[in-house]
Amino acid sequence: MAHEDENAYESLAVAAGGEERWAFGTGFDDPLAGVDTTVPAGVDARALARECVALGDDALILSQRLALWVSNAHELEDEVALANIALDLLGQARLLLTRAAQADPGLRPPNAPPHVPDEDALAYWRDAEQFTNVRLAELDDEHDFAKCIARLFVLTTWRLAVMARLVGSPDPVLAAIAAKAVTELSYHREYAAGWVIRLGDGTDLSHERMHEALAWAWFGHHELFQISDPDVRDEVQRVTDDVRETATLLRREQRCPAHSRSGRRGEHTDDLVTLLADMQAVARANPEATW
Amino acid sequence: MNEARAVAETVTDPELPMLTLHDLGVQRGVHLQDDGTVIVEITPTYSGCPAMAEMRADLTRALNAQGFPNVEVRTVLSPPWTTDDITAHGRKVLAEHGIAPPGPAPRRARGPVPLTLGAPRAQVPCPQCGSHDTVETSHFGSTACKALYRCRACAEPFEHLKAI
Repeated sequence: MAHEDENAYESLAVAAGGEERWAFGTGFDDPLAGVDTTVPAGVDARALARECVALGDDALILSQRLALWVSNAHELEDEVALANIALDLLGQARLLLTRAAQADPGLRPPNAPPHVPDEDALAYWRDAEQFTNVRLAELDDEHDFAKCIARLFVLTTWRLAVMARLVGSPDPVLAAIAAKAVTELSYHREYAAGWVIRLGDGTDLSHERMHEALAWAWFGHHELFQISDPDVRDEVQRVTDDVRETATLLRREQRCPAHSRSGRRGEHTDDLVTLLADMQAVARANPEATW
Repeated sequence: MNEARAVAETVTDPELPMLTLHDLGVQRGVHLQDDGTVIVEITPTYSGCPAMAEMRADLTRALNAQGFPNVEVRTVLSPPWTTDDITAHGRKVLAEHGIAPPGPAPRRARGPVPLTLGAPRAQVPCPQCGSHDTVETSHFGSTACKALYRCRACAEPFEHLKAI
């Protein structure tokens, strides 16, 4: 029997041999520990950092949106799938944000407490207008599974095309991050494309819902191609057309607003503000916390 | 040197504790420096692998306990880990523990990654009864690296380490 004044957590640590980490886990450490992080001569460090932040922000914000499906999906298998994909993307975000701050230490927000690692400083201590993710990543899908899938399909199709090209990046760290990402994104895209087809080629209702969701996921489509090679657009078009055809979701005229706002320039929707308020609340309320 | 390697090769994976990091192919190398520091190189299975810090701590603790006070665990990202890095012994141990080991990882040509929609997945024999009459019930499982299967011959569910 434990005494009332006994701290249950401390007892756990005692049971684990006096080392708290064996009871509570080890926490997180530098995802690039021991990697040679020198930026090669001839690489524009600030441009490299901007690219890493943009790709890292896309992954972080999409990961957070996917994580909101945990305990809300229609069946356990898809909940586990979305959580697994979110975890892969979070891993990519950690590596990319860490790399960005190495390439350009000036990116680190000055208001972040000094003990906070760069990846956390960038994730928790920037405000919405400092994020450079595409706006599609941040939109609230309102727990509409068709929207969740449509967005995942568009973003993973684009991201896979980009990462496959970055495997040849002159920065060896970004090239290595991209090589791992290609493997992961390949099965993310298969998962999303499989659902686009299943719903598109399903009942009248699922067909119509998938159609509307794909139109929704074309929001800010131009933003995707602001930092990638021109042939990425061709690949995205080809893959999305192939899947649409199989899904019997023939292309309707996409409504792309004429204005040129872009998440890449920090111009965001209110959905990002709401998402960040939730995601950053604990870190900002307890600036001395470590995990 | 050999002693340091032998100690490092006893350290097991936090999520697949029947496998050593060596058998999983996560441990890329063990080196002993002139000053007595042991350098261990490890590579993450997946970008989001939450066990990297745990592996680092386990390796350091095991080596410290065996008389190597200075240990440095380095992350290696390239080339990326694939299930082909799992040793023959590792595959045997997985199967003995009811986890169907992965087949050969897909080899990709340069250029765009093709969609493989509807392509039949490789047959996964049941680790319990050996039957090939199995079906994938979920492509994602309790960890990023595993899928869930069911055997139609013996009706047992089992996990399969996906080939990547």
